Amino acid sequence: MIGGMSRIVRTMTTLIFGFIMVYGFYVIAHGHLSPGGGFQGGAIVASAFALLLVTYGTSQIQSFLSKDLLSILESTGLVLFITFAFLGLGATFFYNFVSNSGGLFGTPSAIGVNPGDLNTGGTITLMNMAVGLEVLAALGVIVLTMSVASETIHKKEKQ
Amino acid sequence: MSPLLSIAHIVVLVIMIVAAILAVVLRDLLSSVIALAAASLLLALEYYLLHAPDVAIAEAGIGAALTMAIYIFAIRATKK
Repeated sequence: MIGGMSRIVRTMTTLIFGFIMVYGFYVIAHGHLSPGGGFQGGAIVASAFALLLVTYGTSQIQSFLSKDLLSILESTGLVLFITFAFLGLGATFFYNFVSNSGGLFGTPSAIGVNPGDLNTGGTITLMNMAVGLEVLAALGVIVLTMSVASETIHKKEKQ
Repeated sequence: MSPLLSIAHIVVLVIMIVAAILAVVLRDLLSSVIALAAASLLLALEYYLLHAPDVAIAEAGIGAALTMAIYIFAIRATKK
């Protein structure tokens, strides 16, 4: 059972994996327009990592998912979040200084019923991306650690 | 609430209770975990029917997917 499930599970994983990742990043990027946001999208991407680990086992995945890289990504997400909060300190903490500025994510939002523009929201969008990075790395490192631990215990019991 | 929506609520909740009972009764550990994940996924559907799509996405991602993966890792560490 260690290091791979049946061929049906492996084929379905290779088919589905990319779509789950893209859906997770879609939920993160559209967090200010539609249901979901950084936390939910990060959890979806982390569930794609979990699917990969359940199907192939740790030994084949460890070149793709390294614990150190995920830890660095987690810290980066947290630092980015608090940086965006402090950058608004000219007015107040967490001030939305990007919105209505005209640049990236700075388009003024239309009044009334409209389908929604992705290029609005200001720091809300940027903070959603920071939270998404943090959550996908944190949940990924939890799942990776548990997978490594379960295989070590299994090897020890075999001896 | 329209009668069709009431029927949908009742059907989802009844299947959820059946899945929860199966998770307790089943002897095979992997089947029991899959029944638990099915109950969690139906709970996400029920959140969506109650107009809480944010909670539904979080429940489907964490309750159904990640919890099931961690249970499968725990089962891998045991002997048959």
